[in-house]
Amino acid sequence: MLKVTDLHKEFGGIKAVHDCDFHVKKGEIVGLIGPNGAGKTTVFNLVTGFIRPDRGTVIFDGADVTSLKPHIIARMGMSRTFQMIRLFPNMTVLENMLLAMKNQDEGFKAAIFRNPLMRKKVKQGLVRAIEMLEFVDLHAKKNELAKNLSYGQQKLLEIARALVNDPELLLLDEPAAGVNLTMLKKIKGLINKLKDQGKTILLVEHNMEFVMEMCDTVVVLDHGEEIAIGTPKQIQKNKKVLEAYLGGTEGCE
Amino acid sequence: MSIVAQLIANGIIAGSIYALVALGYTMVYGILKFINFAHGEVYMLGAYFAYVLAKVYHVPIVAAFIISMILCAIVGVIIERVAYRPLRKSTRLAPLITAIALSIFLQSLALLVWGSEIRTFRTGEISKGHNILGAIVTDTQLMIIATTIVLMLLLWLFIKKTKLGKAMRATADNLEVAKLIGINTDRVIATVFAIGSALAAAGGILIGIEQNLEPTMGVTIGIKAFTATVVGGIGNIWGAVVGALLIGLVENIGIWFIPSGYKDAIAFVILVIMLIFKPSGIFGSGREEDIRAQGE
Amino acid sequence: MYDYLLHIAVLCGIYVVLSISLNLAVGFTGLFNIGHAAFYGIGAYTSALLTLAGVPWWIALIASAIMAGLFGFMVGVPCLRLRGDYLAIATLGFGEIIRAVMKNWTGLTRGPLGLPGIPKPSLFGVQFASIDMYLLLVVVVAIITVVIVNRLVKSPFGRVLKSIREDEIAAKSLGKNVVKYKLQALTLSAMFAGVAGSLYAHYITFIDPSTFTLMETVLMLCMVVLGGAGSIIGSVVGAIILVILPEPLRFISLPSSAAAALRQMIYSVSLILMMIFRPQGIFGETSTTKKFDLRKLLGMKKPKIKLRTKKNA
Repeated sequence: MLKVTDLHKEFGGIKAVHDCDFHVKKGEIVGLIGPNGAGKTTVFNLVTGFIRPDRGTVIFDGADVTSLKPHIIARMGMSRTFQMIRLFPNMTVLENMLLAMKNQDEGFKAAIFRNPLMRKKVKQGLVRAIEMLEFVDLHAKKNELAKNLSYGQQKLLEIARALVNDPELLLLDEPAAGVNLTMLKKIKGLINKLKDQGKTILLVEHNMEFVMEMCDTVVVLDHGEEIAIGTPKQIQKNKKVLEAYLGGTEGCE
Repeated sequence: MSIVAQLIANGIIAGSIYALVALGYTMVYGILKFINFAHGEVYMLGAYFAYVLAKVYHVPIVAAFIISMILCAIVGVIIERVAYRPLRKSTRLAPLITAIALSIFLQSLALLVWGSEIRTFRTGEISKGHNILGAIVTDTQLMIIATTIVLMLLLWLFIKKTKLGKAMRATADNLEVAKLIGINTDRVIATVFAIGSALAAAGGILIGIEQNLEPTMGVTIGIKAFTATVVGGIGNIWGAVVGALLIGLVENIGIWFIPSGYKDAIAFVILVIMLIFKPSGIFGSGREEDIRAQGE
Repeated sequence: MYDYLLHIAVLCGIYVVLSISLNLAVGFTGLFNIGHAAFYGIGAYTSALLTLAGVPWWIALIASAIMAGLFGFMVGVPCLRLRGDYLAIATLGFGEIIRAVMKNWTGLTRGPLGLPGIPKPSLFGVQFASIDMYLLLVVVVAIITVVIVNRLVKSPFGRVLKSIREDEIAAKSLGKNVVKYKLQALTLSAMFAGVAGSLYAHYITFIDPSTFTLMETVLMLCMVVLGGAGSIIGSVVGAIILVILPEPLRFISLPSSAAAALRQMIYSVSLILMMIFRPQGIFGETSTTKKFDLRKLLGMKKPKIKLRTKKNA
């Protein structure tokens, strides 16, 4: 599904990511972990095309997507959420969903003449958007302005928005950060449901419990370098990982 | 008399007036990051206040000059208090709309009170003028330049030497931090409005003495002075002065090449060109990210 | 008196077109254009010059829309890279440059003397010379404008415009070509202003540069803000209120310059009060739960899906 080979990226001489190799099989949930500043979000940005790598390749669904523009990669079926929520605060939940949807006639001629095909697409879009809102249990809020949602609900909306184009691969940047226990349960349930549907997920997360519980494979980064890869159990026993985390903590304090 | 020298002299004289007005724009922008559209109207009010004092109440012209500057400083503070302060936390566009409305309001008020006819301070004939390096410069024009220089020196001293001046610089640097270290930013903002308005008033009075007064006189000068601040790098105080002189010169030399009907349009053309190609100003000191659209 | 009321109604119609077109740029897309009067003027001059040269009115009308749109596009290409208040200043600059050309290109526009004797329009042999006929024409054009702009903003296209107003970077990250949309919005907005200009020119039959000043844009802006930026019904109501509001002043005997000054004071004070106390305007959208709903007001059932009409329901 996704194959990352030998990925390198430097920012002004500092190696943000190097020697990063991993692959994500279809239907698998892969967690990307590591201490702060390990380069997790950079990997996300490299994979989704927001940043170009200095070296290495990203193969998605058999196609080389390295250095393609983000919206082209998105169109190929890879969708992501952001660590910092980026919604349109003064637009409704439904509008936020619809804006992310592809296959909508967003030209002004379509808006004026409204041919049957355009109307059909609009209807399909609405149906799909409401379906996704129901999936994340937000349909009751569909006419609410995004800014009036709670933090957790905004996260749900972002996930729903990422799902709206039915992506093959979903990248979640810290889905569990900053949410309360009820919401955490809800998000876990959501990810399990997605897994049952056969979706593939790559996620970055700090919450270890969450990662160990949810993921099939865990990739550990430290200082931009991949130091371990394996099942949650293997990772828990891995010496290098423990060192990185303990060392990281020492470094912090 | 040489034409080139004359055009340069005219440019410097016009530029001095633009500079006095431009300072208000750039100081307010430096702190509040917004364009005080009504600033040109304060310039107009300054001219009328002095005119009324001198002509109706027969106050000596120097006293009228100073009283008018003080009155305009008060007007500036009131404008800030009534129209802008309530909007400080709103969107960027709300204060702009208010400022435009305020500018129209003051203009129509002047029209209503003083009528639309053109007035002048001048009583006798235009003084003959001196020949300076081939250009004919009148006493009034010399006075314009001298007054501008004196006022700018005073401003420089104020900013460099006084506590309030230092607070002003700190606030322009970062409003939030200034607040945190205990600077009364509301007072600083009021001061900036007061100083800017007094300087604009001085410009208006000088023009009123040199040329004439009408209620709409603040509109084009407002745009020209604003152009000067953009040319000099918005938020940069001395950049605005240089920008103002440049605008004055380009305009006056420009009418040598193109029909004089387009004189006022020159500043607009410079403004648009600067905004598009070099929004940070000729010194590159303006904040480009404030000017460019998001994500550009 | 009857003619006077019709005259007011014609003006209302023309300003409805102007305020709605300005709202498309300012209210829906967040483009703070204060050179709108220039597009209005370009439309007026285009239509006047063409018909004076013997071109049929309806062709001149279309030409004025295209010409104004073309200028909108040309102004937009460089200016839309600027943000907020700088865009405002740049469009103001362009507006003034265009007005300087109107004033000084005397060979074409006769400068400050203006263009007199602009013919009244006629279409398919129907003369729109009388004021009631002209009102009919203006109302039809105003309704077409409302319908088209309403369709524009209540569509996927309009949704993208709104998203640009809210957060350009987020819109970009969803793959929207922000610059293209802004240009389209400004061009369309200018086209409608051009149509309004044509309507004005053939109604008054005399135009000169003094009509198309910053003050004129400010008046349109007042209408938009009063009604509520981003509200179609708001622009209609705002235009009508501000055309009618200063009219009673006509009946007080005042010198005309004083009346004009008073009128402008009314506009400006109402605008300032509006910004301070109700910045979203009369019909502004702040919260969808309180959104103005004409259907609800009239006791009609709200359609489930906005775009579904009888045709395909």
